[in-house]
Amino acid sequence: MRILIVGGGMGGTILANNLARRLRNEVRSGKARITLLSASERHMYQPGLLYLAIGRMTPDELYRDQASLLEQGIEFHVDPVEEFRLDNNEVKTKSGKVYGYDVIAIATGSRPTPEEIPGLAESAELFYTEESAVKMFNRLRRFEGGKVLVAVGVPHKCPMAPLEITFMLYDYFKQRGILDKVKLHYTYPVGRVHSLENVAKWAAPEMDRLGISYETLFNLKEVDSAKKIAKSEEGSETDFDLLISIPAHRGMEVIEKNNLGQRGWIPTHRNHLNMEGRENVFVLGDTTNLPISKAGSTAHFEAEALGENIAAMVKLGSPVREYDGKVFCFIEAGLDRATYAMFDYNNPPQPKPPTKAVHWFKLAYNKLYWASARGLL
Amino acid sequence: MSNRRTIDARGSFCPGPLMELIAAMKMAEVGEEIEILSTDKGSASEIPEWIHKVKHEHVGTEEKEGVWHVLVKKTH
Repeated sequence: MRILIVGGGMGGTILANNLARRLRNEVRSGKARITLLSASERHMYQPGLLYLAIGRMTPDELYRDQASLLEQGIEFHVDPVEEFRLDNNEVKTKSGKVYGYDVIAIATGSRPTPEEIPGLAESAELFYTEESAVKMFNRLRRFEGGKVLVAVGVPHKCPMAPLEITFMLYDYFKQRGILDKVKLHYTYPVGRVHSLENVAKWAAPEMDRLGISYETLFNLKEVDSAKKIAKSEEGSETDFDLLISIPAHRGMEVIEKNNLGQRGWIPTHRNHLNMEGRENVFVLGDTTNLPISKAGSTAHFEAEALGENIAAMVKLGSPVREYDGKVFCFIEAGLDRATYAMFDYNNPPQPKPPTKAVHWFKLAYNKLYWASARGLL
Repeated sequence: MSNRRTIDARGSFCPGPLMELIAAMKMAEVGEEIEILSTDKGSASEIPEWIHKVKHEHVGTEEKEGVWHVLVKKTH
């Protein structure tokens, strides 16, 4: 069986490694073949961008060579797919090469699109790319006080990022000794400060305690960069001196160009993870249209389910388990405390009060990630 | 193109049914109806609240076997 994985982010990398271990004998004997195609020879630890933006990590700490993360037996090529020919079970890559497959897994990820909101890209600081996170870090270093507005687009990668950056900025300004000159104002698209009700129940009183003001049902419509005013779809306006954006995301352009899914999100079965109407096309990570968090842990748990299933397809002829919607997210509650949320389709999270121990575990995970990408954790 | 799409947000704790609707609104055309399926009874009130605030149309809500079906229409 020829297994083709498109995308070398967390989902694609874990899936490739998971399959390589499960199918070691089959790969050796030629019964199975695992090919991974990526757009980059480097693998980025994306959650590290949050820390980069506030000077707690440096750019070099975010990367490893992709090849160094992969198990033996995986054929890895830096050659991004340009054409998905699903009716013919093949893809064509940038180099012009055609790869056939029996099973394909698409894990191409998502991209921030601040340019879709008028005035946002030129007004805001964000931390979803290395370049923007470094720019934000330098802007924060120069910031001497004023109103800091946090604005959140939908959908966005890492659902905890809006709260995390807000609480981390509070501690950051406190440590710089300018907290008395800073007014933090948090906005959020739905009617509470976080989509997870139990997280919102913890975060809102925490904001009250810290003097962070907030406005809910605020979906950014446009930014007047000259007057420094953000306007919402709901008709409200708020001014700012520094605008921090968690921008809306889209799936990758190649998905849209190949008409695999509107705005780059591929319609995906919530339990089987196959593309709707395609039995041999699987989707994982941000690329799905599933109503769950676009987060590394989602890709991780989906990859584990898919790894087991695709290996079973090779060995038994059919999948053996369903994905249950499992997600796990750390939540930084400042620069020295954190908590976490774990949930699935049937069980809401019950986050505990933040502790230093969980924060230190998150910092440890920032290093352990590389073991996770290898599929060892 | 069909003038109604269904968003299956059952079991969606995060981002949740309303956030799914906000994202879906970006993909819908004016005049298109969107049916949100939610297992969160809070959707029955919070979705119409947002819809009214952004001046789209709340067509109706009904519960069937523990699933709330909220129907809205994009009007602008």
